[in-house]
Amino acid sequence: MLKRFRLEEPGSVEEAAELLARYGESAKVYAGGTELLLAMKEGLIRYERLINIKQIPDLDQIKLGDGVLRIGALSTHRSLAGSAPLKERLPAFVRMEENVANIRVREVGTIGGNLCFAEPHADPGTLLLVLGAKLTAEKASARREIPIEKFFVGAYETCLEEDEILTGIEMPLAPARSSLAYLKFGYLERPSVGVAVFLALDGEGKSVTDARVAVGCVGPTPKRIEEAESLLKGKGLQDASQALGRAGEVAARASDAISDLHGSQDYKEHIVQVLLKRTFQQAYGRCQSGGESQGELHG
Amino acid sequence: MGDVNQAGRARESCMAKAMSKRAHGQLIPISLTINGALSEIEVEPHELLLDVVRERLGLTGAKRSCDVQVCGACTVLLDGRPVSSCTLLAFEARGREVLTIEGLAQNGKLHPLQDAFIEHGGFQCGFCTPGMILTAKTLLDENPDPTEEEVIHFMQGNICRCTGYKKIIESITAAAKKMKKK
Ligand SMILES: Cc1cc2nc3c(=O)[nH]c(=O)nc-3n(C[C@H](O)[C@H](O)[C@H](O)COP(=O)(O)OP(=O)(O)OC[C@H]3O[C@@H](n4cnc5c(N)ncnc54)[C@H](O)[C@@H]3O)c2cc1C
Ligand code: FES
Ligand code: FES
Repeated sequence: MLKRFRLEEPGSVEEAAELLARYGESAKVYAGGTELLLAMKEGLIRYERLINIKQIPDLDQIKLGDGVLRIGALSTHRSLAGSAPLKERLPAFVRMEENVANIRVREVGTIGGNLCFAEPHADPGTLLLVLGAKLTAEKASARREIPIEKFFVGAYETCLEEDEILTGIEMPLAPARSSLAYLKFGYLERPSVGVAVFLALDGEGKSVTDARVAVGCVGPTPKRIEEAESLLKGKGLQDASQALGRAGEVAARASDAISDLHGSQDYKEHIVQVLLKRTFQQAYGRCQSGGESQGELHG
Repeated sequence: MGDVNQAGRARESCMAKAMSKRAHGQLIPISLTINGALSEIEVEPHELLLDVVRERLGLTGAKRSCDVQVCGACTVLLDGRPVSSCTLLAFEARGREVLTIEGLAQNGKLHPLQDAFIEHGGFQCGFCTPGMILTAKTLLDENPDPTEEEVIHFMQGNICRCTGYKKIIESITAAAKKMKKK
C-alpha cells in the first residue's frame, strides 16, 4: 500500500526546481510513476512530497530541426513509438520503443523517467549511447548539457543533482548511408541483454567508415565499447564481418556483466557476442537496402 | 456545569477536526467520466485508481493481482487506452474518461468482444477476462483488422493462467471479423 504524501504541481521548470531545492530529500520528481510508485508501494523508499512535473508545458514535444531530433523528457514510450518524425528519421528507435515493457507501461511511462531511474535492465540508454545523444538538465537558474556517456553513474544512479530536472534529449541525425540497429534478449519482464550498433559506410557501401557499439542490461550501466568499435572501423566489409567474433569477445568482456536473476555472467557474455553479430548484420542490411536507394537512412 | 460541557464539547470538536485532518491529508477534487457518467469526487494524492474504482465506486471488474504492472488484471481504459490501475494515482483520472468492464455492454447488449469470448471459450476462471477484453477493445478500435502477430504483441502484457491464450486470440480475431461486417 502507498503511504500518504503531498502532491505539488508546479507549472514551470523553475518552480519545480525550487520545490526540489526547498524540500531536499523528502521530495521527489514524479512523471509517469511507473517506477517510483512501485518502489514506494514496496516501501523501499518514502517521500513526503511528490512533484508532478506533467503540468509543465511543452516537456512532451518531439521536434525535428537543425539536424537534430529533440525529444521532451515527458514523452511517453507510446508517443515515441507513434511519432511520425521518429518513424521517418529513426525507425530503429521506434522499434525499440514499441518493445519496451507492455502496453500499459508504455502508455504512462516516460523516456525521462526511464533514464533518470537508471534501472540497468532498460533499453533506451543503450541505443542513445550509439546515437551520441545529449541530455538537457535544468534547475532554477542554470541549464546544462550532459553527453549520454556521462549520464549513468551506476545502477539506479545518474549524474543529475537533487534539484535538477531532465528536460530533453537531443539526437543528431545520421549522415547518409548510415544505419542503426538494436536487439535485446530476455525471458523476464525486463530485458536481460541489449546491444546497439551504429554503422556508417563509404559512398560505395564497401567499407565501414564509422562504427559504434553499446551494450546494456548486463552490468550496472549501459556502456559504449570503443575497443570493439575500433576492430570494425575503417575495414572493408569482409574484414569487418570477420572481425565480428573478436569484437563480440571484447564487448562481452568490457560490458561488466554480472550474475543475477537474469542469468550468469558467462551466459550473458555469450548472448552479447551473439547479439553483436546479429545487430551488425541488421544495421549493415539496412545500410545496403534503404541507405543506397534513399541516399539517407537512419535506423 | 454548562461551562464544562461547553468546554468539553469544544475540545471534542477540536479533536474531531484534528483526527479528520489526520484521516484525510490533502484532498484533490476531481471530475471524471466513469462508464459514461460524470462523477465528482475528492481523492487523496496517494489513492490508487484501482482502489477508488473498486472500493468507492463499487466497480469490482478490475482486479488486483500482481500489483506491479505485469499481469493486466487491473486494466481499465483511460481515454480509451489501457493502464494498470493498480499503479496509477487516482487523481490522474482528472478530467478524463475511465472505462471499466462494467461499462462495456450497451443497453443490456454485450459488446462483440464479450460475445466472442463466450462463444469461443476465451476464458475459464475469468479473472483475467475484464483486462483482456478491455485491452482487446483498444486494439480493435485502433486496428480493426489485426494480424495474429499484432494481436499477440498488443496483448503481451495481459497474463492468463487458464486458457493457454489460443482461445483468447481466436476470440479477438472472431470479434474483429464480426465488427467489420457490421
Ligand atoms: C512491468 C515493467 C516492465 C518494464 N519493461 C521495460 C523494458 O522492457 N525496457 C525498458 O527500457 N524499461 C522497462 N520498464 C521501465 C519503464 O520504461 C519505466 O518504468 C518508465 O519509463 C519510467 O518512466 P516514468 O515516467 O513512469 O518514471 P517515474 O516512475 O515517474 O520516475 C522514475 C524516476 O525518475 C525520476 N524522474 C522522472 N522523470 C524525471 C525528470 N524529467 N527529471 C528528473 N528526474 C525524473 C523520478 O524522480 C524517479 O526517481 C519496465 C517497467 C515495468 C513496470
Ligand atoms: S494487478 Fe495491476 S498489472 Fe497486475
Ligand atoms: S481465464 Fe483464468 S486467468 Fe485467464
